[in-house]
Amino acid sequence: MSTHIGFDFTPPDIAGKVTGEIKYAEDYKREGMVFARLLTSPMPSGRVVGIDATEALRMDGVVGIFTADDLPPVAPPGNPALAGEYITYVGQPILAVAALTEEIAESAIQKIRIDYERRPFVVDPLTSLTPGGATPYPQGNVLVRTREQGPDGAPIIGAEIRDIKWPMSAIEGMHSGKGPVGTAEEHFTDNWQFGDLEGGFAAATVIVEEPFVTVGYPHHSLEARTCMAYWENGKCFFHGSSQSQSANDISLARMLNIEPGDLVFINEATGGGFGSKIGPYPFMAISGNFARVLNRPVQLRITREQEFYIGSARSGMQGWIKVGAKADGKVCAVDLVIVNDGGANGGGSGNSSAGHVSLCYQPESMRYRGISVYTNTTPRGAQRGPGQNEMAAVLAPIMDKVANQLGMDRVAFSHLNAVDNNGWYGNQSGPVTSAYMKEAVTQGAELFGWQAKLALPKQLPNGKIRGIGVGSGYHGAGGRGYDGLVRIGTDGKLYIHSGVGNLGTYSYAGTCRAAAERLQVPWENCEIVRGRTDRHLPNSSGQGGSNTIFTHTKTNWLAAEDAVNKMKEIAAADLGGAPADYDIGGERVFRTSDSSIGMTYARAAQRAIEMGGKYSGQEYPEDINDITVRSVQGLAGTGLIGVARDNISGNGQPPGILVGYCEIELDPATGKFEIMDYAAVADCGVVVHPKNFSNSMRGGAMWGFGMIGLERHVYDPQNGLPANTGLYQSKPPTYLDIPSVTKSGAVGIADPENPVGARGIGEPTQGAAAAALASAISNALDGFLFNRAPITTDMIIDHVAGLYPATNMTTNTF
Amino acid sequence: MPSHDVMPNMELYQPVQVEDALAIADRLAERGWLVGGGQDTYGWLKDRAKSADALIDLSGIESLRGVRETADGVEIGALTTLTEVATNALIQERYALLSQAAGVVASPQIRNIGTLGGNISQDVRCWYYRRGLSCYRAGGNLCYADTPQGMNREHALFEASRCVAASASDTAPALVALDATMVIRSAAGERTVAAQDYFVGPANDIENTTVLRPGEILTAVRLPAAWANATFYFEKIADRNVWDFSLVNVAAAFKVSGGMIEDSRIVCGAVQCTPRRVTNVENAIRGQAKNAATADSVGSMATIGARALAHNGFKIPLMQNLVKRAISA
Repeated sequence: MSTHIGFDFTPPDIAGKVTGEIKYAEDYKREGMVFARLLTSPMPSGRVVGIDATEALRMDGVVGIFTADDLPPVAPPGNPALAGEYITYVGQPILAVAALTEEIAESAIQKIRIDYERRPFVVDPLTSLTPGGATPYPQGNVLVRTREQGPDGAPIIGAEIRDIKWPMSAIEGMHSGKGPVGTAEEHFTDNWQFGDLEGGFAAATVIVEEPFVTVGYPHHSLEARTCMAYWENGKCFFHGSSQSQSANDISLARMLNIEPGDLVFINEATGGGFGSKIGPYPFMAISGNFARVLNRPVQLRITREQEFYIGSARSGMQGWIKVGAKADGKVCAVDLVIVNDGGANGGGSGNSSAGHVSLCYQPESMRYRGISVYTNTTPRGAQRGPGQNEMAAVLAPIMDKVANQLGMDRVAFSHLNAVDNNGWYGNQSGPVTSAYMKEAVTQGAELFGWQAKLALPKQLPNGKIRGIGVGSGYHGAGGRGYDGLVRIGTDGKLYIHSGVGNLGTYSYAGTCRAAAERLQVPWENCEIVRGRTDRHLPNSSGQGGSNTIFTHTKTNWLAAEDAVNKMKEIAAADLGGAPADYDIGGERVFRTSDSSIGMTYARAAQRAIEMGGKYSGQEYPEDINDITVRSVQGLAGTGLIGVARDNISGNGQPPGILVGYCEIELDPATGKFEIMDYAAVADCGVVVHPKNFSNSMRGGAMWGFGMIGLERHVYDPQNGLPANTGLYQSKPPTYLDIPSVTKSGAVGIADPENPVGARGIGEPTQGAAAAALASAISNALDGFLFNRAPITTDMIIDHVAGLYPATNMTTNTF
Repeated sequence: MPSHDVMPNMELYQPVQVEDALAIADRLAERGWLVGGGQDTYGWLKDRAKSADALIDLSGIESLRGVRETADGVEIGALTTLTEVATNALIQERYALLSQAAGVVASPQIRNIGTLGGNISQDVRCWYYRRGLSCYRAGGNLCYADTPQGMNREHALFEASRCVAASASDTAPALVALDATMVIRSAAGERTVAAQDYFVGPANDIENTTVLRPGEILTAVRLPAAWANATFYFEKIADRNVWDFSLVNVAAAFKVSGGMIEDSRIVCGAVQCTPRRVTNVENAIRGQAKNAATADSVGSMATIGARALAHNGFKIPLMQNLVKRAISA
């Protein structure tokens, strides 16, 4: 009988967020602190020839300048904190100035003179692949894996930038919707195939072949990044804005050239990350190292515009897909080509995009060919469901076309092809832990009223057109191999140590409920210990990939299990019998045959301290991570320690799956549409925190609506300049762009590989909404395929007016 | 690359009397920068794409706020916030066109701070220009937007002259449709200008969007009784439903008798540097029934002379559709 899992609760930081009392990285000040600001590149490609900061350094209040020469060199296509030899995008940081105030630092930046050498640039991947096309780096445009023979005969696996050009037939084929005609294996960097593709298409009753394009949506986390660092006695105290906590330790320590044990990373709260703050980002190196050079605290707070430049963006796609389906609706063959926009560095997510297609439709055969091409645009990185969600957005109307040509209801088509417990993910890479997508399709259709809405007229009296759509979202949702750590104090309280970051999803708190559940401790007697490395936190996963719920309900459960076992052992030692004779309940460990024989958790903790060894952390499992080792050592002797690594081998990938349904009314005269209804049902196992689940479903849907209907990523291809460096130009959706009520539900069938039955669901919430909305727009327009994300107002107007171009494969221009 | 987001050092004047403000503005001339709600100003200054030696903050001048009934209509102080304009009972009752326009500007937060004077006097919203590039409007010798590869989705269809930037104001077309009068004061005295003549395009003055000159302050807007309680229509089409600029908007006032249009003023925004009055359509529908048939017969006239750029061709059917909708509504 669950007492915590599946029940609402109030995470401990809610009050601080509501009242504004909680501190973000920017809110921390330190005596003697100076402020650093960045000077960034005005050009998309080039190199720094010379820096004259003489006048700036003479200014009152300026305390120093920090350039690429102060940091280890980073070879292309690495993302250096500060650029020198390789400037590869507008907005790339070149130097930092520290001063007593931000105003002085900015005025100093205006006085710095930099000589640049310009280089050719390119902002569109297909343009770079065109014979004679410019390359974003002098060395080329694509990172290619290399394999050379080492001196001992063993292969050395590496990577280097090379210039890859496609034959004109392929470029023309992509631009005309025929695919990469005339390409060979060497024209791609990613290839996989399963099944009999040729035979699959031969068996198909319907074959649909379409090009598609998506843009590189920038991140817009409300909290623009701030880092503040200071050094004391060889230790670096680092306040940063991050999605993750302990996952930063090793990489950030390396950036600062110190041992992880000498880093105290502090991150109480984060104003959103969505994939852009999973691990340490390059400019963290500036704050930390600049503070060491100046020997005083340094705060570096970047602007909203700089957040656009260095906050990373989703990779855009220029793609082509050919789908074959049998008469009964089964997808029998998929041929997919994706050219990803890797930006100035980072990379594409084409493989994940292909994984979305294969998981959601389980085709009998499939080929994927991909290449990620660098461009002189903002660096690319993870963004909520990278690969899957943008694929979902363009795929849904294409699959609708397949269903329509088969004469099949779109929901029935989705249901037929949906993954189930016998399904697999990716390149038939392995099984899923469990999957109930078919149930989600059915429950979603009922929640939305699909059949009833199908019967409604499309043409409305006010001139608008009704459209309804269905779409799915998916992301791998769980990891293994991380550690859990709990402590029972002599006060009887359960202290749940969490290395999970507080990125705003409250999963850090939700996952801790698993420990409370296993130990049967009332929530008011639990305390979550988190937010700073020196609070002794275990090695936890990075908070990306929707993995936290699955991964850390498990680690916390296992740590609690370890505590339970130790208390039974203590009880048996003190009270007689064997550990197996004891059970827990009511914050006591007691003999099963006579509950009066037992001790409180507080007493057990006292006895653990007295007994020492593994009971109070002087000894610990050999398989836990070094981060956890340091934390256990720090806690040793302070209570009963439960600690464990999740070393339970799993069988397959835990998937997070969502099926969304959308109804719109589209005004053909203005290109505007209103979302009238949205309903979605998740297949995410047991819902840990219902209120948080529904908030996540709505928040993700809102972003999905923005992805397909509003958000833009525009570069001037003539000058390499970005047009949407602020919030209002990028157009994330507002509260008036979404319905006031959205509906959500969960299949609720437990995943067998998680102790509380849970899987993650954060990322697919965006993809399913984007897909359902794209499907609804296409439905309203009699099946017209824009094959784009986003589908903006002007595109709809152009289509209705007969002005929309047949195929336009440019990206970063809409 | 400027990404300052920090105010520069500058002198600050905060007069509380119009006369004092006029004296300061006269003395500072080009060195001074007038600020009311600051919703346009602070972006320019914090981005340091434009600068001035001194800021003249008008927000403390109470006499520039409020709505007053006059013998010939209504006078609105230039510092009256857009929220006050949108919610004022007198304006709602007689000039609902302006209420509606003011009520859809930007976002509630911006409308609470932004003023009517600021909304109509704001600079154009070309992203190249706002980026601080040295274009024609910024004193340079090229236009970044009017090129085959320029990203010009939001730009002008009409009356481009070196610059193709469009007006961003929602209230400006409404004021032109209402035949408003702008009250402009300077140390030398007061002058009034018809709303239609208040706005200037790049052919006449490429560096300014209004007739205001250094030392002058827009103090009030007068709405004439002639167009009070007319039949109004306002519609704004933007990508987002809040916090966005118009892709195209239409503000229209009709005098209708027995279902027939006796007179009208139909004005579109965001299609050129100034509010565009479609006088050919007004003339064509005079004496016609105010219905869909009339609208359909004249809709395409609205865009005669339009010159689409690479990415703003959609504005032509959109403008036609909005004008038709204004007539048929």
